Amino acid sequence: MSEYETVIGLEVHAQLLTHTKAFCACPATFGAAPNTQVCPTCLGLPGALPVLSARAVEFAVRTALALGCTLQKTSRFSRKNYFYPDLPKGYQISQFDEPCSEGGALSIEVPGASGARVEKVVRITRVHMEEDAGKSSHARGEDSIVDLNRSGVALVEIVGEPELSSGAEAAEYLRSLREILIFIGINDGNLEEGSFRCDANVSIRKKGAPQLGTRVELKNINSFRFVQKAIEYEALRQQAIVEGGGRIEHETRGWDEKAGRTFSMRSKETAQDYRYFPEPDLPPLVLEDAWIEQVRQAMPELPRAKRERFVSQYEITPYAAQVLTQHPQIASFFEHCARLHGDGAKAANFVQSEILGGIVTRGLEADFPISPAQLAELLGLVDAATISGKQAKEVYALIAGTPRAPADVVRERGMAQVSDAAAIDAIVAAIVLANSRQAEALRAGKASLMGFFVGQVMKETKGSANPQMVNDAIKRALGLG
Amino acid sequence: MNLLELPVTTLAHLVQRGEVKAIEVAEACFARIDVTNDRVGAFLALSREETSLQAKSIDEKRARGEALGALAGVPVALKDSLVTRATVTTAGSKMLAGYVPPYDATVVARLRAADALLPGKTNMDEFAMGSSTETSAFGPCRNPWDLSRAPGGSSGGSAAAVAARMTPAALGSDTGGSIRQPAAFTGSVGVKPTYGRVSRFGLIAFASSLDQVGPFASDVRGAARVLEVIAGRDGRDATSLDIAPGRWERDCDRGASGLRIGVPEEYFAEGLDAEVEASVRQSIDQLQADGCVVVPVTLPHTRHAIATYYVLATAEASSNLARFDGVRFGARVEPSRDLRDLYGATRDHGFGAEVKRRILLGTFVLSAGHYEAYYLKAQKVRTLIARDFAEAFERCDAIVCPTAPTPAFLLGDKTGDPLSMYLSDVYTLPASLAGLPAMSVPCAPAKSGLPVGLQIVSRPLDEATMFALGAAVERHHAPRAAAL
Ligand SMILES: [Zn+2]
Repeated sequence: MSEYETVIGLEVHAQLLTHTKAFCACPATFGAAPNTQVCPTCLGLPGALPVLSARAVEFAVRTALALGCTLQKTSRFSRKNYFYPDLPKGYQISQFDEPCSEGGALSIEVPGASGARVEKVVRITRVHMEEDAGKSSHARGEDSIVDLNRSGVALVEIVGEPELSSGAEAAEYLRSLREILIFIGINDGNLEEGSFRCDANVSIRKKGAPQLGTRVELKNINSFRFVQKAIEYEALRQQAIVEGGGRIEHETRGWDEKAGRTFSMRSKETAQDYRYFPEPDLPPLVLEDAWIEQVRQAMPELPRAKRERFVSQYEITPYAAQVLTQHPQIASFFEHCARLHGDGAKAANFVQSEILGGIVTRGLEADFPISPAQLAELLGLVDAATISGKQAKEVYALIAGTPRAPADVVRERGMAQVSDAAAIDAIVAAIVLANSRQAEALRAGKASLMGFFVGQVMKETKGSANPQMVNDAIKRALGLG
Repeated sequence: MNLLELPVTTLAHLVQRGEVKAIEVAEACFARIDVTNDRVGAFLALSREETSLQAKSIDEKRARGEALGALAGVPVALKDSLVTRATVTTAGSKMLAGYVPPYDATVVARLRAADALLPGKTNMDEFAMGSSTETSAFGPCRNPWDLSRAPGGSSGGSAAAVAARMTPAALGSDTGGSIRQPAAFTGSVGVKPTYGRVSRFGLIAFASSLDQVGPFASDVRGAARVLEVIAGRDGRDATSLDIAPGRWERDCDRGASGLRIGVPEEYFAEGLDAEVEASVRQSIDQLQADGCVVVPVTLPHTRHAIATYYVLATAEASSNLARFDGVRFGARVEPSRDLRDLYGATRDHGFGAEVKRRILLGTFVLSAGHYEAYYLKAQKVRTLIARDFAEAFERCDAIVCPTAPTPAFLLGDKTGDPLSMYLSDVYTLPASLAGLPAMSVPCAPAKSGLPVGLQIVSRPLDEATMFALGAAVERHHAPRAAAL
């Protein structure tokens, strides 16, 4: 066992899914041609002014409430001053000394001492609003190019306390946080496109030491797996330095996935002075109690609460609830279907075993192969014994990607089971008559001949007879049971 | 009839009634500019074609029987810190030489909507930093009353345009006195409204918490008319107040009788020119004779106003001017492939000495280790200055004092000594820091004939009292045009 422990604090920047940017009416959608979603304000043209988007405030408040933060009735925007080509105004509008919320918590599941998963509560320092910068790329030889479509896009920054102790915990924290942000509809959780970004502050210290070691900031790591690997690597790197009698440098490092190591980006020893001061172009942000209450009332159900409710309301396993809440649209599809059909467990089974693989998610959107109404109808056909469970899968394969009604397909293909008792009795009677020798033997106790008769009936009905009814009819005809 | 000698309201009336065509006004305006501007340097850019097209469309509008706006056919000069679509906007800086903005400032759009004519952009101290229009990168503006003297600043070009009757009205911006002091120096009326009355959208920022757009006019009523047009909530400026403009032109007829006017002792102290004092005191006596009650008041924190202002205004300016970096618009000097060199060389080339001085000062007061001693302390003093006024306004309805300590000074007189230049705003800074409405209105001129301005400061959003008093002062001192 190492004598060192790792201390990790995460700062997450999440782009808010508002239609417009934080301080102007430009669309905030990803992927448009460079520098087409811009206006005087987000270009920082002379004379332009910011006006705060009410929707951005609502989304930030939603985030703060979901993380149990205390909302500040009055908060303020500040200017963070620095020069960079993708920062058109020469300052970023952010919240600094008076953020809109403070003091929340995120509970995550981590492996406990016995190997079982236990709950760990990580405190959230603050959730505040700010604007994104543009995007610089250095692709064309010596030139740098800047796309300002992202400039001014609304972000929340979620600052966690340094209370995580491993790369795995950090990854779990990010998964849980991302899930919450997606479920409350404020972020699409896309790490690759950078709409959910994470910086990790990593330091090590002797176990039990009261003070934190010098921290290194790992910047912009764009996958959960990389976060975990980068932190694990970084902890070992720092440990090796300390054990070798060295000193950890206060710096910003990046993650080189190919080489599997972190690398120095810039030293923080000469700390940059951002000259924060209150943004004079924006009055203080005042949150009215009644409005906060409105946001609280309209808050979508959080993923954990949803899972617990699914287990109790639909009598499904915690595992099934977990699977069905991997995306808010999947949860809502399941629930819609369960409500239409009436039996959550059956709906859950079918969604998990058949439909899940065919669902395509894009951010908060998802495409389903069939509608909840189609699925409910299909499950109803099984319940009514019109088709068997096995046939339901065949029907699903036929209607997936089409708006066709399952019943129509069943009819067209002659798949309906013969469940008419009189019809089955008539077929059975004819078969018993034609096979009187076997009938006698079965009646005498040769139980293995039951299969023979069932087979004959199925042959006659081309497999569409309800097997249970066939069994019953044979026994009835032979005076058995 | 010299159309440009007419007051704003009269001219608008004549155009509205069709007795004068807007195109005639436009032609007279450019004719006047052509014979005077070379000597004065009030305009940096003229929009002849656009103005003439606009005038024609106003005349056509009238011919169709449509009602014309409140400023029908009235030429209004625009300070060059107000952005105008399709017209070069420089804010008096080499940094923006040749820059054409893609949009109109809200006040510009409102003037257009009121059928005003917008003949051109006026000279100003670079980025509104100065009190004489001498820091303009495009040469100084001269005072039409005495071409060897400064018109004041930073809105000197707008003030001079009105004083020389190139236009009967103009817009300026006032951060610490930049409308009122040049109004006083040029014998025009200049109004700085309550902070938040007028949209700042499209005003190239100097110090955002102090900047306010306001009118110059040849008479008080004209200033009231223009302010009624440009004031009011603008959804694009989060600091603009959701309060409808007043009926200020009507307030000009209200009379001053019964108003209590506060005379602050701190404004009649050392450094005040004897003739200016005599002139202002004469107007106070006249107001008393008109039925005003004169109340001595005290504004004890006035002496800290200059220091407070130069900390806060420069702090904001250092940040507001960061966008002039050579990357996206304006001047760009690229000595090497290094980004820091681009910034350094561009800003060294683009900014003049006074702008650099203020950026450095502002950067210093915001930097770690100095923020509390300067910026935060200055914010506290700002609150105390505002409280001084609030207490004074418990005893009076408006404060009356000199606008500037001296009449217009000679060009070059103060350019070598920034501090003496800063002192010329000593009487205008406090109202700016307190966000109060204030105006300068001409009172009796000095023996030399140079204009003297009297300043009226009223309660927040009480422009009504300010205009009533301004009109009362004006009744004893009819507007005068500078002879050129
Ligand atoms: Zn924009």
